[in-house]
Amino acid sequence: MSILFLAHTEPDGTLAKSALESLAATVQLAQSLGTPFTVGLIGETPGPAADAIATCGAQKFLTVSGPEFSQARYATDAAAAEALCRAAAATLVTAPATSRWNRVLPGLAHRLGGRADTHVTGVGVSNGQPCVSRWFYRQRMEAVFTRSTRPWILALEGGIAAPWQGAAGTAHPDAVAVTLAAPRTQVTGFEAPAADQQTIRPDAELLFVTGAGWTKKQADGEVKVAEAETLIREFLRLSRSSLGSTKSLVDLGGEGQSVLPFLSHLNQIGQTGSTPRHAKGLSTCCHGEEPHTVGWRFIGERRAISLDANCGWARGKADILYVADAFAVMAKVNALLAP
Amino acid sequence: MSYQIIVCGSLVPDPLQTLEPVTGPQGPALKNEMMLPSWLDPWAGHALYEAARLAGQHAGSKVWLVSLGPKAKLQQVMMTVAQKVPFELVALDGSAGGFTDASETAAALAEAILAIPGLDLTKLLLFGGWESASRGAGATLQIVGERLGITDQFQGVDSLTLEADGSLRILERVEGGKHQVSVCSAPPAVLGWATGSLPEPRNNPQVGMANMRGIMPALQKAKPSPVSTGDITFTSVTLPTQTRTTQVIKDASPEQIAADIVAWIKGG
Ligand SMILES: Cc1cc2nc3c(=O)[nH]c(=O)nc-3n(C[C@H](O)[C@H](O)[C@H](O)COP(=O)(O)OP(=O)(O)OC[C@H]3O[C@@H](n4cnc5c(N)ncnc54)[C@H](O)[C@@H]3O)c2cc1C
Repeated sequence: MSILFLAHTEPDGTLAKSALESLAATVQLAQSLGTPFTVGLIGETPGPAADAIATCGAQKFLTVSGPEFSQARYATDAAAAEALCRAAAATLVTAPATSRWNRVLPGLAHRLGGRADTHVTGVGVSNGQPCVSRWFYRQRMEAVFTRSTRPWILALEGGIAAPWQGAAGTAHPDAVAVTLAAPRTQVTGFEAPAADQQTIRPDAELLFVTGAGWTKKQADGEVKVAEAETLIREFLRLSRSSLGSTKSLVDLGGEGQSVLPFLSHLNQIGQTGSTPRHAKGLSTCCHGEEPHTVGWRFIGERRAISLDANCGWARGKADILYVADAFAVMAKVNALLAP
Repeated sequence: MSYQIIVCGSLVPDPLQTLEPVTGPQGPALKNEMMLPSWLDPWAGHALYEAARLAGQHAGSKVWLVSLGPKAKLQQVMMTVAQKVPFELVALDGSAGGFTDASETAAALAEAILAIPGLDLTKLLLFGGWESASRGAGATLQIVGERLGITDQFQGVDSLTLEADGSLRILERVEGGKHQVSVCSAPPAVLGWATGSLPEPRNNPQVGMANMRGIMPALQKAKPSPVSTGDITFTSVTLPTQTRTTQVIKDASPEQIAADIVAWIKGG
């Protein structure tokens, strides 16, 4: 067996936290299997990133470099990864499940006559063979399995291990050449809200979820969307939490126009939204229905504020459910958090 | 310019149903799988609606929906889907279960796509959901793309603009709540859709009637496409254990609750 750990550099030339987590999981796997491993890096200038992990225990470092590999693009990434896998004669390939790798790994497996598994949340060894765990039906059930086909390519989810830490050194990577046809696709940039308007913060400790209740008629018969907007924005500013939402709330405006203008489908958590990872989650004005709460699979401690004592959160989905008016509570929370 | 838009999408169990894994003769499956009400896989549905909108804007364009699923269930789901937007169905009769291997599904889909009369790669936009709500792997489309020799592939797509010069401007979801913007010079391309920007179309009985004329024959001639778990050996499939005992706090004042929450947020 030969293991290849694949990673790409970030725009600043470093490796992302998710890459270091996957590296740590790969080091552990290689030890358990008693197999050496190779590191394969892709990027414009991946040399410094290789040096930063030079002491990780890899028997060899391979790189594919050049300006065309600075872009996250299927054609060039698949060609680069294919060249690295062939150069390493890898039978087991690990990579962090970044959007960049998720785009190419299944196609890469097909090219190599292998198989790929994505969203892998655990790797282990059983009877001397690697085995993995991943969720099916949108985080509803977890399976542990192994495969016989090689190469077997695994996209490892964030949080699979603590990030690798160690001394930098000199990696002396071997450059792997890739022959490319002229790419038909160019990455021209990114679209995102201005930094101070960005509500999605993957590294935040807390996920703050808003539900449709914020826009519903309240006890006094009034709809208080403007007040809701102020309270939510203020809490985000003070707590630096990441903003998630239910589908009902992001869908409310229809046609892409949300009632709360800072919310988009990118904030949606759940069955047809995302499944982020945060240490804590606070849900407000949300009913806690299963299609929403499957998106909380990787949230550690969970609390909810809802007027309804019988909502989904009460049924083993939250650690604490406060049966209360979120408008009143969040106003007080903001007051306490204010400097 | 006209386009051939092929949408790969199948059915998934209604997310409000309780799902329970069981071990069947072919490996893991869902308890009462054939009895569970099904839906069009949501992200594939978004792909279908976006396809219909683009086809409507470019005269001479056409949309196909290529679905691998149990024929009887496909028929049920098509009763609703057919009323949404115009398309031609290519049906394959086999399992749509989440435990089947993506590479087998992809092989069957690619074969069916290559058999579509008049297929023209220079006009082809291969659509689907970026992940299914069953296997949830985000793997099938890439493999179909590779089988068709398409190496311009995009995943987590929320927007596609077909420019006047024939190029495609694409927004893909990437980390941190951002979209990556790419320009691809021309079809063919593979696009795995996220939510896009269109609401679910209202049912339109006229569209339904026109679609059904093609859907019934397509279902009748659905090719048996036995897909399996392939080379996978499952050790276990389990539901998460419900470990949380929810403490329900009913009669606390907003001040008390706020203090509790702030202490919790600030505590390491
Ligand atoms: C195919 C499919 C996919 C889906 N995917 C998703 C998904 O990805 N994500 C998702 O979220 N949903 C999803 N859903 C929808 C899901 O089933 C629920 O309908 C949705 O999550 C409900 O949103 P909500 O809790 O915000 O709204 P509601 O059900 O309207 O609940 C609002 C809650 O707010 C409370 N409330 C009102 N005012 C206050 C107040 N002042 N203080 C405190 N509480 C208050 C109410 O008591 C109520 O509990 C999906 C559904 C389907 C069919």
